Amino acid sequence: MTEMTQDVSRFDRIIERYERSEESLLAILQDFQREFHYVPEEGIRRLSEVMGVPASKIYAMGTFYKALSLTPRGRHTIKVCTGTACHLKGAPLILDTLERELKVKRNGTTEDGEFTLECVNCVGACAMAPVVLVDEVYHGQTRPSKVVDMVKKQVGS
Amino acid sequence: MGAINSIEELEAYRRELAAAAKPDLPTVLVCFGTGCQAHGSRRVAEAFMEAIKEQGLQVDVNIGFKTTGCHGYCENGPLVVLRPQDILYLKVRPEDVPEIVEESIKGGRIVERLVYRDKVTDEVVPHYSEIPFYKHQHRIALRHIGTIDPTSIDDYILVGGYAGLAKALTMKPEDIISEVERSGLRGRGGAGFPTGTKWRSCAAVESDVRYVMCNGDEGDPGAFMDRSIMEGDPHAVIEGMIIGAYAVGSHQGYIYVRDEYPLAVRNLTLALEAAREKGLLGENILGTGFSFDIKISRGGGAFVCGESSALMRSVEGNVGEPRAKYIRSVERGLYNKPTVLNNVETWANVPEIILKGAEWYASMGTEGSKGTKVFSLVGKVNNTGLVEVPMGISIRELVENIGGGVLGGKKFKAVQTGGPSGGCIPERLADLPIDFDSLTKAGSMMGSGGIIVMDEDTCMVDVAKYFTGFLVEESCGKCTPCRDGLPRMLDLLTEITEGRGREEHVAMLEELCDLLTWGALCGLGTSAANPVLSTIKYFREEYEAHIRDKKCPAGVCKALITYSIDPEACTGCRLCAKNCPQNCITGKRKEAHVIDTSKCIKCGVCKDVCKFDAVRIS
Repeated sequence: MTEMTQDVSRFDRIIERYERSEESLLAILQDFQREFHYVPEEGIRRLSEVMGVPASKIYAMGTFYKALSLTPRGRHTIKVCTGTACHLKGAPLILDTLERELKVKRNGTTEDGEFTLECVNCVGACAMAPVVLVDEVYHGQTRPSKVVDMVKKQVGS
Repeated sequence: MGAINSIEELEAYRRELAAAAKPDLPTVLVCFGTGCQAHGSRRVAEAFMEAIKEQGLQVDVNIGFKTTGCHGYCENGPLVVLRPQDILYLKVRPEDVPEIVEESIKGGRIVERLVYRDKVTDEVVPHYSEIPFYKHQHRIALRHIGTIDPTSIDDYILVGGYAGLAKALTMKPEDIISEVERSGLRGRGGAGFPTGTKWRSCAAVESDVRYVMCNGDEGDPGAFMDRSIMEGDPHAVIEGMIIGAYAVGSHQGYIYVRDEYPLAVRNLTLALEAAREKGLLGENILGTGFSFDIKISRGGGAFVCGESSALMRSVEGNVGEPRAKYIRSVERGLYNKPTVLNNVETWANVPEIILKGAEWYASMGTEGSKGTKVFSLVGKVNNTGLVEVPMGISIRELVENIGGGVLGGKKFKAVQTGGPSGGCIPERLADLPIDFDSLTKAGSMMGSGGIIVMDEDTCMVDVAKYFTGFLVEESCGKCTPCRDGLPRMLDLLTEITEGRGREEHVAMLEELCDLLTWGALCGLGTSAANPVLSTIKYFREEYEAHIRDKKCPAGVCKALITYSIDPEACTGCRLCAKNCPQNCITGKRKEAHVIDTSKCIKCGVCKDVCKFDAVRIS
C-alpha cells in the first residue's frame, strides 16, 4: 500500500506540470513513460481521475502511440533504426545479430530485464546509417560483427 | 533588454547588435546537430574551451565561440567552421583541437589533414563554400543553419531575423496572402498544395477562432530536413507562423513535433520563450495590437499522425486517427475551427518570401514548382546529408555533382523519393527534373524530400516489401482497404522474396494497389501503392527472377542466396571462422576457407569482418 501511495504522488508530480486539459494527455503519458519506462496501470487510473477522462480513452492512447508501452521495459533500451537508409545499409543484419546474441525478439525484453530491443522508423540521422541508439546515445555506421560489443561496452556489462 | 515595442525599436535593436558584433573576430563554430553530436562534437567543443583557456585567450574578446545547428554534411562530423576565413574542418577529434587553435586561430594557417580532399583529383579544398557538396546549393530554408546559435534570439535578429515579420505587420493581411500566392510556394510536406491558396481559403471562412499549425512530425524514413530546421533555426519557423497567423487572422498556433526529436523540442521551447520575452510573440506583437502565441505538442511516434486530420486529433488529446476529408481542414480543422497546417520547411521559407518579395522567389525553380527544396540525400552515395537546391535540378546532377556519385564505385540503380508514399525511379530516368509534377508523373512523389540512392546491391522487391511492412505497422486500421489490403500485399511480397512466388502474384499485387489507391481513407493508404507499383513498373524483371528463377539478383533476399568464400581472394586469416556464430567456417591457417552452407544462417558476419573481400553472395 505504501508503494502505491508513493506512486500516486510520483504520477501527480508529473500531472501537475501540465494544464488540466485533454491536450496534455499525450505529453503526460510520455513523461510517465520516461520516468517509469512504461505507462503503469495506476498511472492511467490516476490520470483518468484527475482529468475526468475515461480510463478507456487513455488506455486507447497507450496502445496507439508507439512511444508508449503498457508493459515494463528493460533497464536499457536498444533501438535499431529501420528507416530506409539504415535498411539499405544493413539494419536487418544488425537486428538479426542483436536478436540472436542477446536472445531476445524485436520489441521484447531479455529474461534478465537488462535490455529491451526495439525497432524505430527513422531517427533522422540517415547520414550515419545504420544507426543504433542505446539509451538515447547514437551509434552510427554500426556493423553486425561489432554491435553486441558496442552495446555491452556502453552499458558496462 | 526586455520587450521590443515597435518595428522601429526592432530595427534599432538590430543596429545595436550589429555595432557590438565583431565580424573580424576569429570565431569557431562547432556543429551541434544530432549527427555531429553522435560523432562526439560535444567533446570537441569542450576541448576548444579548454585549449582556448590554455592559450591564454578569452572568449568574445580574442576569440568567438558558438555551437550551431546542422550543416547537413553529417557523415563527416564533427564539423568545425572557422570564421571569417570560412575554413571547414571535417571529422575533428578532441585531440585535433590544440593544433587548430595554435595553427589556424593564432597562426592563420590551415591544418591540411582535416580539410576536404577531392576523392578524384586529390585536391585540397579548405573553404566551406568551394566544397562541391556546398558549391551547388542555394539555401533559403536552410539560410542560417550552421552559422547561427539556435538558442540565441540575438544571433537570429542580427542576421535579419524577424525583419520579414516587421515588414508583414506593415502590410494588409490580404496583401501578404497575395504575395505568398504569387511566389508560387507549394507545401513542402510532400503533397505540394499551393500555400497561398490554402491561406486564402482559411481566411475566407467565417469564424471567431482560427488556428495556425506546424507539422513537425516528419515520420518519413530517410528524411530529416525538418529536424534540422527545428533544431538549427527554430526562429525561422516561428517567424513564418506569426506571419501566417497575421495573414489569416489567427491568435493561437501549435507546433506538432515528434517526441523522438528531443533537441528540436528543446530548441523550439527556448526560442518560443525568447520570442515572448522580446515581445515578438504573445500579446500586442511589436506594439501593433496583433496577438498570437504558439504551443508545442509532442507527437507519440505514430507515422499516421503526419497526416493532417490525424495530427489534429492527436493535438486535441486523442488517438491520432484520420477522418474522411469531405470537409477540408481550412474549414473545419483543429477543434472544428478553420486551420492552416503547413510543414516546417514551408514555414521557414515564408519570412524570406515576405522580405525579398514574391518575384524573387518565383524566379527560381520550374514553371509548376517555384523556389528551392531541401533534400536529404542518403543511401548508397558518397556525400550524404542535407542539400538545398532550386527545384528542377535533375536526379543525376543531385546524385553525381552534389552527392559525389554512388558509394564504392558501384552502379547507380535507382533513387527512391517520397518515403513510403513515393516510389523508385530507375537510373535510366535520372535526367528527370526533380519537381512536384514530374516525380508524380514518374509514379513517385516529392514527399518530404528524402532522396535515397540505391546501387546494384539493392533488391527492388525487398524495397517494396520494406515499405509495405512499414505501412502495415503504421496503418491506424480504421479503414478496411488499409487494414486488410496492406497485410495481404505484404504476404504476397514475402512469398516472392522467400522463393514461393507464383506468376499470378504480380497481377494480384497490382489489383490490391488499385484497391488501396481508390478505397483508402487517408493519404497513408492511398499512396501505399506507389513503392510496389513503381518497382513493378521499372523492375519487373527482378520480380520475375524471384518468382521464376528463385533468385535474388541483388543478393539481398536471405532465402534465395548462399554465402561462399572465393578461394582466390581468401588468405586464410581465420577472422571469419573466429567470428562465425554457427562455427560453420572451416579451413587451415593460410589456406582458403569453406562455409558449410547447411549450417549457415546468412548472418553476414563473415562478409562484414573479411578484410580481403573474399566472401561472396550468390
